[in-house]
Amino acid sequence: MKRLFLALCLALVAHLAPAGDAAPLAADPVAEKRLTKLSEELRCLVCQNQSIADSHAELADDLRREIRGMIQAGKSDKEIIDFMVARYGDFVLYNPPFKAATLLLWVGPLLLMVVGLAMLGRHLKQRNRRVTDDAPLSDEEARRAEALLNETKQP
Amino acid sequence: MNRFLWPLLGFIALVALLAVGLNLNPRDVPSPLVGKPAPAFALPVLAAPDKTFGPQDMAGKVWLLNVWSSWCVSCRQEHPVLVEFAKRASVPLVGLNYKEVRGDGESDMSKMSPEAEGKLARERADQWLSRHGNPYTLSVLDLDGRVGIDYGVYGVPETYVIDKAGTIRMKHTGPITPDVLGGKILPLIGELSK
Repeated sequence: MKRLFLALCLALVAHLAPAGDAAPLAADPVAEKRLTKLSEELRCLVCQNQSIADSHAELADDLRREIRGMIQAGKSDKEIIDFMVARYGDFVLYNPPFKAATLLLWVGPLLLMVVGLAMLGRHLKQRNRRVTDDAPLSDEEARRAEALLNETKQP
Repeated sequence: MNRFLWPLLGFIALVALLAVGLNLNPRDVPSPLVGKPAPAFALPVLAAPDKTFGPQDMAGKVWLLNVWSSWCVSCRQEHPVLVEFAKRASVPLVGLNYKEVRGDGESDMSKMSPEAEGKLARERADQWLSRHGNPYTLSVLDLDGRVGIDYGVYGVPETYVIDKAGTIRMKHTGPITPDVLGGKILPLIGELSK
């Protein structure tokens, strides 16, 4: 039993050992949190639908290292974001700035909604008019309707 | 008739929009560096380890900076085009060898000293150039990819056209095809060289 316990302990220790050479900033949780937050806002250009935080691409590794270095150098979040935009363009931002080139991106959905609502409104109005404007049945029509209804009542 | 006309037109417009969208190349991200000065660097020259080269050495010249690596498959694809270009070239073509060792995805960098990495990089780069031909006026080694980051490199190969004032005038991401060379790069060089 004692031997088994020892073996278990050793197995656990063996698992813990590699954790020692993890990220150099792990000792500083605040900085590590900033790194995670920043890299979640930045798009990895290699696998374009992943953020730098999620991506395992080498470039993402390099960029995380760069961001880590800038955090250690005391750069502000804005300076770090500007560094990335200067090199890779607005495309790296998951939250792109509002400007002429991104106008359609920001206003497009709103525009579609306005057009959709306008069309819906027009449609409803037309339907309403059709329903209310309907003249009462003429005698001829009433007779036909009656006949049709009776027909279905027959067994 | 009218009842179906508008939905049909809407459908056609949507198909046209999607067709255009699907035919765009998602890798073609416009570079913010076009129109900006080429970022400065001083990197060791492949053929002369004790010398460094930087964009400032090319002041007054129109030149091309091509990012390559021996592990990069698309580089092999564009290489014959570059070799052909170099034979007739009127402008220098500088190679930026990008992360030759640590970029191959196999090397364990934690066990390699910087000297060993530099040596291995030179061996691999030299071997690749002697096998496939060397179109470069000179190549420099960017072992850790830092200069690559300054140039916004995200997919090797990439090529930059830089003018006499040291301003980046064009960036091409991906392999250079004869079409790109003849249709875009050569005319631009001609215009800039005037």
